[in-house]
Amino acid sequence: MTGGGKVGLKHGAGGRAMRALIEEVFLGLASPVDGIGLSALDDGAAIRVGDRWLVITTDSHVVHPIFFPGGDIGRLAVSGTVNDLAMMGATEPLALTCAVILEEGFARDDLVRIRDSMLEASREAGAPIVTGDTKVMGHGEVDGIVLNTAGVALCDRVVTDAGLRVGDRILVTGSVGDHGMAVMVKRHALGIQGDLRSDVAPINGLVRAALLAGGEDVVAMKDPTRGGLASVLHEMAGKAKVGVLLDETAVPVNAEVRAACEVLGIDPLVVANEGKAVIGVRPGAADRVLAALRAHPLGRRAAIVGTAIADRPGQVILDTGLGRRLLAEPDGEPLPRIC
Amino acid sequence: MASPFDELKFRDPERARALSGALAREVEAAGRTISLMHVCGSHEQAIARFGLRAAFPRNLDVIMGPGCPVCVTDTPEVDEAVALAAQGARVCTYGDMLRLPGNSKSLADAQSDGGNVEVVYSVSQAVDLARQRPAEQVVFFASGFETTAVATAAVLLSGVPENFSVLSAHKYVPAAMDVVSEMKETNIEGFIAAGHAATITGWGIFEPFAARTRTPVVVAGFEPLDVLAAVLELVRLVRARRPEVMNCYPRCVSKEGNGPALEKLWKVFDVVGGNWRGIARVPRGNLELRSEWDHVNARRRFRIDTAAVGGASRNVLAEHCICGTIMSGLAKPSDCTLFGKECRPDAPVGACMVSSEGSCKIWHVYGGPPDLREVA
Repeated sequence: MTGGGKVGLKHGAGGRAMRALIEEVFLGLASPVDGIGLSALDDGAAIRVGDRWLVITTDSHVVHPIFFPGGDIGRLAVSGTVNDLAMMGATEPLALTCAVILEEGFARDDLVRIRDSMLEASREAGAPIVTGDTKVMGHGEVDGIVLNTAGVALCDRVVTDAGLRVGDRILVTGSVGDHGMAVMVKRHALGIQGDLRSDVAPINGLVRAALLAGGEDVVAMKDPTRGGLASVLHEMAGKAKVGVLLDETAVPVNAEVRAACEVLGIDPLVVANEGKAVIGVRPGAADRVLAALRAHPLGRRAAIVGTAIADRPGQVILDTGLGRRLLAEPDGEPLPRIC
Repeated sequence: MASPFDELKFRDPERARALSGALAREVEAAGRTISLMHVCGSHEQAIARFGLRAAFPRNLDVIMGPGCPVCVTDTPEVDEAVALAAQGARVCTYGDMLRLPGNSKSLADAQSDGGNVEVVYSVSQAVDLARQRPAEQVVFFASGFETTAVATAAVLLSGVPENFSVLSAHKYVPAAMDVVSEMKETNIEGFIAAGHAATITGWGIFEPFAARTRTPVVVAGFEPLDVLAAVLELVRLVRARRPEVMNCYPRCVSKEGNGPALEKLWKVFDVVGGNWRGIARVPRGNLELRSEWDHVNARRRFRIDTAAVGGASRNVLAEHCICGTIMSGLAKPSDCTLFGKECRPDAPVGACMVSSEGSCKIWHVYGGPPDLREVA
């Protein structure tokens, strides 16, 4: 670990550094389970219960600013956990928990706003919040609010993020970069005008549609949160020991996001999303799954963006339409270029 | 909704394919390997970001030369800035310069030692700081080629407060090409000149070089089609043995350049000789303030005690760094044993991994060794 043995911000940014920290420290907690446990480093765990799977996941949320165009920390916390369950193939969440740590002085009105948006998101997802916990820390001991949610769901078939085979097609369920750019522009007060809105949403319904259409041909799923599409593709390629050829021109990117990224020198492929999934499917099912995604209101801009290949296992080759290069694995939070 | 970028004509894949095809035919007809050099980090960025090397024919080498003004800034220049910070001055500089290693310290080190070091985004911002802090000496550690030197000149000409001075590490573009063309071991048959510097100097400045070295030069812009078109034209000039200068960036560059900007530049700066890091003594490599500007020249104004901050602490890693060889175009970043391993943007060993204009940093950001021509 770099940084003189101390944890740095990059260790939470979803890239190489974070994976190294988890592998070096937290994998020590792993123990054998009947199913998919910590050592799989997937979106959640799946434990065999009779002839079904109990999928369980947890996620803590910190975001600056707490309210951003398109959502807030409450919507983020519910969507994040619902989506992590869905990425394991569990699209019908049984229940969510909600634990909150508040800083002394936090405005009650803001808390009520956050509660309301949690409620709204949990209704969209069909995921009731059934228990919780509240802690308050002194001024300066925590930054505003930390929100943790955990979720459980049952499913018949678990989809991991390691199932790609050479020839499989890779789909993304919509435009990339919306959440990260909306938050970044607000956070750094960059004064960029335009309709930059987070995509934060529970997408278990969308994923259910893909699974119904693709069945067992849906072989890998992951949500491109921190580290964006680039990070997810590296993880899928690395775990399945295949290469990934990504067609940059096929990746949907909203005009506002593309413009903001160009100005700030940021690659939309490394920017976070909170309402998207990357789905690997067997080649014969790609069109069927794509059609099902596009028929869903949250998947209208779904696209086939890549292919698993035998060359360069563990790496992602980016076809820019003008040439090709390797896509670097994101490392640390993307920062706006100033000059 | 149609994006303004959907119609970016300088990134049109179809036109790119046509240019790549024409390029492949030209190079094949030449029947040998052709090596070209560009001298600009922004060209390397365009080539790397858009994966253009994979679109070049196999026996065409497009190499980055000494085109990063930060990378060629020499250790003693960094030492001067570090010493000024240690002596109590507030040293302002561009972000790229912060981690550039000096003899034993970078400005980032000077900052952790308690020195006042500030990253600024423009020279005017440094002048503003000087105005806000009249009791301090504010020194702007200036880097960049003619394009940024003009900004430094303009600010000085418009008047600066008494407590503001400049420590110039500005470099002069034509010198970069002279350096390489005089190296016996390079085999460069043509040069791609930096479009943005040429907006200031005009393309005419390269005519004596082309005539003297019998090497063609094309001036190129920074969009992928700009680069492809310029490479194609350059290969044609090489094949035709026409050592001419061709302007492939006419939407921005004229033969004469930007008259008012040049006037400002030469009112303030002079071309002088200087050492370029890892390369050599370059006879016309540096831009130094003219003697009329001694009163704002930190080198004239202060007694800079670099001995106090020098002190050779042996850096074992740095002994393996081949930045100089890379900047001379004799090696690629991936030829360096440290590349991507011990030397990374968050822990750079050499100057080329520090600056966003450095070839090692660019290769690292855009995925490492870029040759994917063999991948199906």
